[in-house]
Amino acid sequence: MSGYNLKEVMNKPERLAPGHRMCAGCGATIGVRAVLRALHEGDYAVIGNATGCLEVSSYMYPYTAWEDSYIHNAFENAGATLSGVETAYRALQKRGKLPKDANFKFITFGGDGGTYDIGFQSLSGAMERGHDMVYVCYDNGAYMNTGIQRSSATPHYADTTTTPVGSQSNGKMQNRKDLASIIAEHDVAYVGQSTLTRDFKDLHLKSEKAIYTEGASFLNIMTPCPRGWRYDTAEVMKICQLAIDTCYWPLFEVDHGKWMMTYEPKKKLPIEDFLRPQGRFKHLFKKGNEDLLVQFQEEVDRRWEELQYKAAR
Amino acid sequence: MAKKDRMSGNEAVAYAIRQINPDVMPAFPITPSTEIPQMVSTYIANGDIETEFIPVESEHSAMSAAIGSEAAGARTLTATSSCGLALMWEELLIAASNRMPLALALVNRTLSGPININCDHSDGMGARDTGWIQIYAENNQEAYDNFIQAYPIAEDPRVHLPIMICQDGFITSHAVENITLEEDADVKEFVGEYHPEEFLLNPGKPVAVGPYSLSCYAMEARYNQAQAMENAKEVIVEVAQKFKKQFGRGFEFFEEYKTEDADYIMVIMGSAAGTAKQAVDDLRAQGKKVGVIKLRVFRPFPAEELAAALKNCKAVAIMDRTESYNTHGGPLAAELTAGLYRAKVWIETVCYTYGLAGRDFMVETVYDIFNELEDVVENGKKVEQHKYVGLRK
Repeated sequence: MSGYNLKEVMNKPERLAPGHRMCAGCGATIGVRAVLRALHEGDYAVIGNATGCLEVSSYMYPYTAWEDSYIHNAFENAGATLSGVETAYRALQKRGKLPKDANFKFITFGGDGGTYDIGFQSLSGAMERGHDMVYVCYDNGAYMNTGIQRSSATPHYADTTTTPVGSQSNGKMQNRKDLASIIAEHDVAYVGQSTLTRDFKDLHLKSEKAIYTEGASFLNIMTPCPRGWRYDTAEVMKICQLAIDTCYWPLFEVDHGKWMMTYEPKKKLPIEDFLRPQGRFKHLFKKGNEDLLVQFQEEVDRRWEELQYKAAR
Repeated sequence: MAKKDRMSGNEAVAYAIRQINPDVMPAFPITPSTEIPQMVSTYIANGDIETEFIPVESEHSAMSAAIGSEAAGARTLTATSSCGLALMWEELLIAASNRMPLALALVNRTLSGPININCDHSDGMGARDTGWIQIYAENNQEAYDNFIQAYPIAEDPRVHLPIMICQDGFITSHAVENITLEEDADVKEFVGEYHPEEFLLNPGKPVAVGPYSLSCYAMEARYNQAQAMENAKEVIVEVAQKFKKQFGRGFEFFEEYKTEDADYIMVIMGSAAGTAKQAVDDLRAQGKKVGVIKLRVFRPFPAEELAAALKNCKAVAIMDRTESYNTHGGPLAAELTAGLYRAKVWIETVCYTYGLAGRDFMVETVYDIFNELEDVVENGKKVEQHKYVGLRK
C-alpha cells in the first residue's frame, strides 16, 4: 500500500458523476468519491444508499449521478437491503446465472441518522451475518437532510434544531455514540474510522481494505456539513485536520479484531481549536461556559486514552 | 403422476417452495408462519434446494433484503404473519412501487392488541392498499396450488407486481388434510425460469432502483402501478385456466358454490368458506335456495365479476374476518357494496364481522345468517347493516 499516489488515484474515472444536487463544499460528496476511487478498475459495484441528502440529491428521477448499479430503499434499512443484493449475487453465481468474470463489490452509504439511529438494527444484523459488503457511514453529526436535528452522532453541546441553545439549554446534553467501536465489537472483518485528509491517503487505504477484505466491513467517515456546523464552506479540509489534531476524531482501524491507530498528532491541539470555527459551538465560548469546554476536553481525552489502550494491547 | 399425501398448509407451501427452488429467502420467525422458513432451512441443510436463506433480524429487514435481492435479479420470497406483516408495511409499498415480482407466504393471524396468535384477516386486509396482489386459500390444497401460480402471475411482464399468497393461521397452516401434490418436474415447468429485464447484477448494464421523484413524475408511477394491477386481472385468469387445464383444479377470481338458482348468497374468504358450504348443503337439504361465493382474489378486486354473479339473488351476506372501524362494515363489505352499486345491482346486503382473533365460526351461525337474510327479504325485517356474529352473550 506504500504505492499510494494521489495524482494517479485522482485521475481514475469518477464513479459519482458531476451534476448531482449536493451543496457546494459538502463533505459527504467528497467522502463518497474518495471511497469509490478505491474500487479497482474493471470491478463492478452495486451501491446502496439510505434515504438522506446523498440519496435525494444524487438520484432524482429521471437522472442518476451513479455510474454503477444503485439501490435506494428507505431510511432505516440500507444494511438489510444490500445484504439482500449480496446474497442474490452468491445465489446467482452458484447457479451459473452470472458471467464468471463479473466481479461485483457491494458498498452502501448512509448518513449518521440512517446509521447510528434508525438504521442501527438493520446495520447490526447485516454486520453480524457477515455479508461480504461495506457499510459506509458519512457522519456529519446530525439529521442534515431534514434540517439539522440531533442524532446520537451529534457531539455534546452542539446547537441543533432539536437541541437548540437557549436560556435553559446549552445544546445537546449527551456525548456522541462511538459507533465504530460498537461495530468493531460485532467481530466484523474490518472497521475503519477516517475523514478527509489533505492527501486522502488514510481514507483511500481504509476504503480499499474495507472493499477488498472478505466479509462485513464498516467505515465511519467524518464528513463536515457547512450548513449544519456553520463554518466557512471553503474551510472543510481545515476543519477535518483540526478534528484529527485535537483527537476529537481519531483515525484508527480494527482489522480482524486488531485495533490500530493510523494517525497520532505530533502535538495534540486543544479541543477549542476544533470547536471555535463552528457556529454550532458558539455558545461554548461565552463567558461563564468555561466549564463546558473543560468537560468536552475531558471526554475527548478519555476516549483517546481508551483507544490508545485498545491499540496497545 | 401426481401423488396423494397428507400435510398441513405450512408444509404444503414449503413443499411448493422446494419444487420451485427459488434463489433467495430472507425471513424472520413469527407464529403461525414460522414453520415455512424452518422447513425451507431444512431443505437447504439437506441439500434438497439451492435457495440462499437470510436469517434477518426483523421482518422489516426481511422485506428490505427481499427487495434488494429481487432488484439484484434473483427470484425471492419470504413468509410472515400478523405483526410481522405490519412491521413490513413501509417496505410492502416500496416493493410494489419498485415493481418487484416477489412472493410472500402470508399465514393470516390477527394483529395486536390484545396480542393473540390466532386467525383473522386483519394483517392481510391491513395491507390491502399497498399495491400487492392478494390471493386467499380455503384449504391446504389451495395454498399449495396458489403458491405454484404466484410467480407466473407476478413475473408476467404485464404485471410485475409482488404477490401475497394467504392462508388462515392454524386452521389451514397447522391442520393436516389430504392433498394432491404434483410432480417436481411439472411444477418447475409450470413456474418456469425467471428472466428479469433489468437488474442490479447485470454487468456493464447498470441500473438505478428507488429514485427520489418529484411531483412532476411520481403520479405517473402510481398510475402505472394501478394499470399493472388492472392487467393482473387477465393474467390471474390466464394462469388459473392454464393450471386447471394441466392439473385439473382451481378457480379464477372466486368459487361459486350452489349459487346458480340461489336467492341468498354468502360471500366469504378463506377457511370459513368450508363451514359455509357445509351449512349450504344442510339448508339445501331442507329446500332452501342458498349458496356461497368464496372469494379467492382480493387484489385486484373483481368488483364487476362479483356483481354479475350476485345480480340474480335477493340478498347477500358479506363476511369480514376483520374490523376496519369505519362503523359500517369491513373491507370486503365496503368494496363489494360499492361494486354492486356501480353495477346497479339493487339487492339487500348485510355485513357481518366474524371469527376475529381465532373465534370459531360455526355452521349454526351460517344457518342464522341465511335465516336473517330471508327475514329481511320476505318479512321486511329491519336489521343493522353491520353486525358481529359469534360474540359472547
